[in-house]
Amino acid sequence: MSFVKLTTSALTIAAVSATAAAARDQVQVAGSSTVLPYASIVAEAFGENFDFPTPVVESGGSSAGLKRFCEGVGENTIDIANASRAIKEKEIAACAENGVTDIIEVRIGYDGIVFASDIQGNSFAYTPSDWFLALSDQILVDGALVANPNKTWAEVNADFPAQDIQAFVPGTKHGTREVFEDKVILAGCEATGAFDVLKEANGGDKKAAEKACIALRTDGRSVDIDGDYTETLARIESNKDGIGVFGLAFYENNTDKLQVATMSGIVPSTESIATGEYPVSRPLFFYVKKAHIGVIPGLKEFAEFFIADEIAGEDGPLSEYGLVADPELADTQEAVFDEATIGGNS
Amino acid sequence: MTDTSQFQTPGSQPRSHAGSLLQTDARTKRRNAAERRFRLYGKAAIAAGLLMLVILVTTILSRGTGAFTQTFMTLQVELLESKLDKKGNRDLGDIKKVSTFGYAPLIKGAVQAKIESLGIEHDLKAKQLTGLLSKSAAAQLRNFVIANPDQIGQTVEFRFLASSRVDGYLKGRVSRDSIANDKSISPAQLDLVDALIAAGVVEKTFNLDFITGADASDQRPEAAGIGVAMLGSLSMMLVVLVLALPIGVAASIYLEEFAPKNWITDIIEVNISNLAAVPSIVFGILGLAVFINYMHLPMSAPLVGGLVLTLMTLPTIIISTRASLKSVPPSIRDAALGVGASKMQAVFHHVLPLAAPGILTGTIIGLAQALGETAPLLLIGMVGFIASNAPETLAEGLLSPNSAMPAQIYEWAKRADPAFYERAWGGIIILLVFLVTMNTVAVLLRRRFERRW
Repeated sequence: MSFVKLTTSALTIAAVSATAAAARDQVQVAGSSTVLPYASIVAEAFGENFDFPTPVVESGGSSAGLKRFCEGVGENTIDIANASRAIKEKEIAACAENGVTDIIEVRIGYDGIVFASDIQGNSFAYTPSDWFLALSDQILVDGALVANPNKTWAEVNADFPAQDIQAFVPGTKHGTREVFEDKVILAGCEATGAFDVLKEANGGDKKAAEKACIALRTDGRSVDIDGDYTETLARIESNKDGIGVFGLAFYENNTDKLQVATMSGIVPSTESIATGEYPVSRPLFFYVKKAHIGVIPGLKEFAEFFIADEIAGEDGPLSEYGLVADPELADTQEAVFDEATIGGNS
Repeated sequence: MTDTSQFQTPGSQPRSHAGSLLQTDARTKRRNAAERRFRLYGKAAIAAGLLMLVILVTTILSRGTGAFTQTFMTLQVELLESKLDKKGNRDLGDIKKVSTFGYAPLIKGAVQAKIESLGIEHDLKAKQLTGLLSKSAAAQLRNFVIANPDQIGQTVEFRFLASSRVDGYLKGRVSRDSIANDKSISPAQLDLVDALIAAGVVEKTFNLDFITGADASDQRPEAAGIGVAMLGSLSMMLVVLVLALPIGVAASIYLEEFAPKNWITDIIEVNISNLAAVPSIVFGILGLAVFINYMHLPMSAPLVGGLVLTLMTLPTIIISTRASLKSVPPSIRDAALGVGASKMQAVFHHVLPLAAPGILTGTIIGLAQALGETAPLLLIGMVGFIASNAPETLAEGLLSPNSAMPAQIYEWAKRADPAFYERAWGGIIILLVFLVTMNTVAVLLRRRFERRW
């Protein structure tokens, strides 16, 4: 009877799975969607050039990736977390709680954050203050803090056209958001003097003032995008007034649809980011679970390959795709070779 | 409401034309008009539905068909011994040490030689020349050399993929206006491409690799294919079929034919119907918790995906199986029992064969549903960059990491390069072909074998 046959084969599959559950032979990576393209380029080249299987790279955002990374040690947890920001003390503590104590931090290079709008629309030359005045929840008007009254860019800065303010910024689970808050909104907050007022209002508490600075308005002029940059692009295509926050590499692949705005007079490019002229850039990282080295085949080779000169160096495929090569790459290579962990040298 | 006005007695108020069948009165007219209007609404609803379908299909076809053709460049590559096998002893271990980066100069040389031999004038740098080719060319060359080490030193003809920008130019997606700010390609390169097209070196042909190939990284969208994801989907369907069909059929036969009717079976029945309505992402979380974290099955494996989808498909199969068992008339059972068959013989020899077409239809529709599911796969690591090679054995197909067709489409739609967008639409076409085929088979089976009582 076919019914019996089907049941036996079902049991066979269950048996096979039980025996095979013992070994995982590919590296498992998850995390930042900004690092994802770079990681997949490296994973592909790794699979081509080594006898190890091609690593699996998932996205989901820096915080989500680090959370999975910290779930514990073992083959059912990921080996590498990609992040577009450095790991936080809180996350290191959460890791340690689950037994993930030895973490190797690897900086792969730098990435710029650009502000881009529809190619047919108006061009902008921003300063951080403009973004603060456009998007912050509270701004300084005549020395007093008021709920942000600005509706058009012309109200923010008389040089701008009277275009409705509509910004698409990365959601809080993205590492990009933090850099945006830090280097743009907070910088603008300090430049417009709102920071000092907020600090006074909070009784001199700097932390509280910073927190108040980066609170974005919630009246729909600033929209959090929790998905990837493609979602931001789709929003801009449907709303021509929209300005989006993108990674440099994404913009460079979509120059037929997007135009980039300058920040403090500097056009973003790998060159201006490398020299440090363009202010909104951040390092990209990945984190390796040291306990998995030697258990998961190819893990250390993959980590070393990622930051090899021919990959992450100045003429490598990563910088071709938009990564700004790290001038201190040699130090990182050495650290990975020695398996130097955060807060220790073992 | 009945219209009584036509049947008024002669004693009451007389009305003109009352009772005439030839002339309709106002009320009948209104009723007829209401009916006509309703028919019109119905037609409009169908027309709207059809219009949506036409828009959907034309959008998918117009955007997706491009993925099935690809631009290739034919080049003669001299496999220099000095680059590939310095020791000259054809040792595979030594040859493998040359990474794909070591093959780049050979490709550069081949492009330059080709252009020189055709006598095309240009003032492009070497890097811009190789920029016309896909980054997958080096890997293609390396794989060939490792498979045929005896060819080192010879000149071999290769068909390399052109880069996605060149491909987009031939497909009309990239124009000289649209690349004004593009660093990857320049108008001078496009002029060279025009000359190479005229010389027959660059041509756009059908691309089988899209249907059979594996995923590729963000730098080489032109090399990406859906084949490996298709195998992933098929492995999952196999698991679903092998597990869900026997379990589902056994459960429904017991519930329908043997189980006593009491409050316990009532609760089970209600819960099966409820399970059918549970959002699929819930099964994904369950799969992550039970299959990966508790049972330690491998992450990203189609086996786990299949198990999760089995949970999702089971209620569908149980409900349709029970319905088709119910539709077999009791007289069949009574007749079988009457001639001395046991209950089990009656069910397996007489009821089940008659219910089989309905069961198969339900199973196929359940499988088709599972085939298009993405949400639960997100949680078990099957959505992402998974460019694994095509699995060689069944066990490998079930256990080595893989994606699935809908997950692959989702992944492509997210990527930066517009060439991936075209591939996402192409993937949708393939997925739809599968779904339409499965549903057609289900309809045909039902038409052919179903008996009405």
